[in-house]
Amino acid sequence: MTVTAGWYMALAAALFVIGGGGLLLRRNALVMFMCIELMLNAVNLTFVAAGKAVGNLDGQLATLFVVVVAAAEVTVGLAIIITVFRKRATASVDELSGLKG
Amino acid sequence: MNAEFFVFVIFGVAALVGAVALVMARNTVYSAMGLLLTMLSIAVFYVLLDAHFLAVVQVIIYAGAVMTLFLFVIMLIGVDRSDDWEEQIPFQRPIVAILGGGLILLLLLAGQGAWTLRDSGVGQVGTIEEISEALFGTWMIPFQATVLLLTVAAVGSVALARYEGVLRGEQPVIEPVVDDGGEQ
Repeated sequence: MTVTAGWYMALAAALFVIGGGGLLLRRNALVMFMCIELMLNAVNLTFVAAGKAVGNLDGQLATLFVVVVAAAEVTVGLAIIITVFRKRATASVDELSGLKG
Repeated sequence: MNAEFFVFVIFGVAALVGAVALVMARNTVYSAMGLLLTMLSIAVFYVLLDAHFLAVVQVIIYAGAVMTLFLFVIMLIGVDRSDDWEEQIPFQRPIVAILGGGLILLLLLAGQGAWTLRDSGVGQVGTIEEISEALFGTWMIPFQATVLLLTVAAVGSVALARYEGVLRGEQPVIEPVVDDGGEQ
């Protein structure tokens, strides 16, 4: 049984849905952030699998750029979480309703 | 039945187990460990898909740098276990189950064509030479833009996370949440 690109895409779809479900279920800002990382990784996997099937490097280059942007996003996001924690002593997004009218 | 199939099944199961552990674990550190397992499994898939450079990047940047950053922040702000697992919105879990099931059905239906997609057989292998030729040739300008982006992100995160009183020799004061049991 050969593993075609579709197998990887099905696995990536499952990972993406698990990440999205976690994003909706959890309320800890750190866990929600990690779920977003999981979804990004799932999409990266589809890029690479599709690139292998098509036969060029474009999928891998797109993934490389996504990795760089995700790394930048993680640094800024974690800095925001630390700043919020310093003010409010909580990482739960439900407690952070200060902008609610 | 070949070796690739077995590797795919083993690490596919590992990736799914890690993802479920990320969502279900009560302790945030266990969540991070689940995500680490998934990221390492995805690095193995990259090797299977001839993306050798990306596999190394995945291990160094994601499993190394990003997860270390996450673990540092978890240690810094402590493991917050308060009321995280209770339903705040009515029927939250059934709604998530329906949405998730619908989404994966849609994705599998939409990707049906991909199931029969064959590898063209003439693919380039993602070695560091091939990647760098594309990166410094066709994609030179976007690559330079990512350099700028990383610099801005690094400066911005330092500016955000810096405590201004440090310059005046003060200690940061964390205001306690009101009904925290008086712990802090």
